[in-house]
Amino acid sequence: MTCPIDGIAIEMDRFLSLLSFSPDGWGDEIASGLLVTVSLALATLPFGLAAGFFIALAKQSSEPSLRLAANIYTTIFRGLPELLTLFLVFYGAQLGVQQLASFLGIETAIEINAFVAGMVALGAVFSSYASEVFLSAFRAIPHGQYEGGWAVGLSSFQTMRLIIFPQLVRLALPGLSNLWLILLKDTALVSVIGLSDIIRQVGIAARVTREAFLFFGIACLLYLALAMLSSVVFGYIERWARRTEDVK
Amino acid sequence: MSTASRLDVIKPPEPSRAWTKQRIVGYFLVSLWGLAALGLIIFLVRAWNPELFSRYAPSYFSGLIITIQLVGLSLLLGALLSLPIAYARDATSKWAAWPSYMYVYFFRGTPLLAQTFLIYYGVGSFKSPLEALGLWWFFRDAWYCALLAFTLNTAAYQAEILRGAVKSVPSGQWEGADSLGLPRLLTFRKIVLPQALIVALRPYGNEIILMIKGSAIVAIITVYDLMGETRRAYSRTFDFQTYLWAAIIYLAIVETLRNLIEWIERRITRHLKR
Repeated sequence: MTCPIDGIAIEMDRFLSLLSFSPDGWGDEIASGLLVTVSLALATLPFGLAAGFFIALAKQSSEPSLRLAANIYTTIFRGLPELLTLFLVFYGAQLGVQQLASFLGIETAIEINAFVAGMVALGAVFSSYASEVFLSAFRAIPHGQYEGGWAVGLSSFQTMRLIIFPQLVRLALPGLSNLWLILLKDTALVSVIGLSDIIRQVGIAARVTREAFLFFGIACLLYLALAMLSSVVFGYIERWARRTEDVK
Repeated sequence: MSTASRLDVIKPPEPSRAWTKQRIVGYFLVSLWGLAALGLIIFLVRAWNPELFSRYAPSYFSGLIITIQLVGLSLLLGALLSLPIAYARDATSKWAAWPSYMYVYFFRGTPLLAQTFLIYYGVGSFKSPLEALGLWWFFRDAWYCALLAFTLNTAAYQAEILRGAVKSVPSGQWEGADSLGLPRLLTFRKIVLPQALIVALRPYGNEIILMIKGSAIVAIITVYDLMGETRRAYSRTFDFQTYLWAAIIYLAIVETLRNLIEWIERRITRHLKR
């Protein structure tokens, strides 16, 4: 008769061998999925931030048509489910490119890269939320800051770069760190269009080994670890952005 | 005399608005959107297929009903579950505060998709004990699993909304009610909650919208909600308009809700306007 402690030890051994990096363990597959998730989120971030910034600029401009164009953009991408946006981009782009190719007389089956489709869809969603964050940060900066810049003879671009932008970053950071966490979680959706991210890799492992709870639990823990790591990094960035305020 | 002559003065006409760089870009972008809308309408008109419509319109409708049921029920159950969680989060006892903190951290820190998979596929690992408990019928059904996952998820978010809103009510309100000898529960219900709800309305509205958008993922675990029906229609017809119709329906729902919430907010803050 085995005692329960032995039973637990045997189970632990089995789990560890399932998660090992050896050929019959799934550690390496899951690690590659983690890499895909993180690189997708990191690749989306700069485009999303830049687009969000310019949309916020358009939203607070005095020109009504510019505001209207920006508001249509955010209404669409904040109103559609992220999954549907992803499908629209993935299948829509495929359809569009295919039609363009047949119009030009090229007969090939064209496949859109799932990574790029994920980047475009997630970037569109991220930028529309980011524009709201930037907009409220813009509104928190008093108009005198601009006037001061112009009064000392800076051009509007210089005023933006040297006076407004540093304050804007400080005001927008908490909101942006929230959006980054949402982006990280939204990357899970690209598993549906065939990108081998964390969810897809653990899904395969779960089907092969029939240990679904273990593997999906590990996926959840990995996302939690990424979230914790992100908050540490954002803590550093926030301190860096506020470094001038601490000077007494 | 002088008043009359002053009235006779004719104002110069407004200077015509200059074609600034901003205005050109703005007009260009708006016309781009206009072209996109026109293209969409032309595409939908040309792709219009009465047979397709009569075949799939009822299934879209039933999918919409499933979506609304799922979201409505999970929001309601989540609201109930969020009450003890929000209460325990600020409890002085560590044994109450820590678990609820961990709960909220877990469900807000992981993707809803992973949580849904964990419940739908993961709980299958415990099939025999669940069968022994007589709970297997619940976890076998994708709809129930989605409902459970969404309820647990939204409870975490709603607990944070509730906690933030209750904390935003100044403590003087509690003390004032205390000095009048009102019991704590009555104070909460009649004094604190109405003020907290004004703060909570917008986040709650956002949570409803997020749940409607998030509910699209149940299509992946074979629940035929609006998204699921859309995917089924697309896999049978390979007609891109199936996705466009779904997009139009989702946009219409979200925009209606957003405007409704704004209207409610204007209405319940009337007394704060000057």
